[in-house]
Amino acid sequence: MTSPLRIGDSVRVRADWPPGHVRTPAYVRGKPGWIERIHGDFRNPELLAYGRDGLPLRTLYMVGFRQMDLWPSRYAESSNDHLYVDIYDHWLESIA
Amino acid sequence: MSHAHDHPHDVTQHDPEAAERNRLPPLGKRMYAMRDLLVEKGVLSADDIQAEIEYMDARSPANGARLVARAWVDSEFKARLLSDPKGACAEMGIDASGLVEFVVVENTETVHNLIVCTLCSCYPRPILGRPPDWYKSFAYRSRAVVEPRAVMREFGTVLPDEVEVRVYDSSADMRYLVLPQRPPGTDGVGEAELAELVTRDSMIGVTLARSPAMLSS
Repeated sequence: MTSPLRIGDSVRVRADWPPGHVRTPAYVRGKPGWIERIHGDFRNPELLAYGRDGLPLRTLYMVGFRQMDLWPSRYAESSNDHLYVDIYDHWLESIA
Repeated sequence: MSHAHDHPHDVTQHDPEAAERNRLPPLGKRMYAMRDLLVEKGVLSADDIQAEIEYMDARSPANGARLVARAWVDSEFKARLLSDPKGACAEMGIDASGLVEFVVVENTETVHNLIVCTLCSCYPRPILGRPPDWYKSFAYRSRAVVEPRAVMREFGTVLPDEVEVRVYDSSADMRYLVLPQRPPGTDGVGEAELAELVTRDSMIGVTLARSPAMLSS
């Protein structure tokens, strides 16, 4: 990340499919959302899973999504429903 | 005939734990094999393992219920529970040191929260104990994110359309706990009795807290 994200910023989850241990659920990849909370800095579990030190630390954000954006043709419950996932900074890109 | 034969005795005749283990499915046998290897190689001691089992067995949803009941009767405590959950646990004498990080989300008249971990089975174990089997099931983990209201209906929870449903997929370093709404008809009910209305499932978000009428029936 070039600059830290702030609460309310619009973001998109990287549409990337790397092999191995990944903590970003597949169904949010490529989806637009916003920064809801900033949880702080943590060792990267995608590296810890392989016995490495997990450094550099990654900022963990709670990212909010509209259910209608996640499942445009499937979500049939209420257009006002939301979903939140905790995502590390290297999975997020800022969008206007 | 002397007892000079050299075939191995069936160890399970003399070792009830081994007999028990032999009846386990393959994953259970593997778990014991890994435990024995970890101890043999000095990674953990048998005492470490026993201490962890005792720690987990001492956890139960009663811890979470105490937090919720206190939050219902004490709005300042509720504010601390929402802003500093670990500090609030310490205040109540609940050991949350085993938790990575901890977020409490509050149900209101207009918002209902539901917790799932789609990637595995992340769960606030130090507060609620072990997760129920259904929480770890593929069906719950896959359906809770795409049809949360249908899942809740199967638990008997029907929410009005105008209530916003927020699903939290806790797949990273944070653990989540739902603070259910205080049920109607509980004015003047004491904290200990209120805690009995707070179920494990209501703190995951698939149900509401029980009403006093449900308790007496």
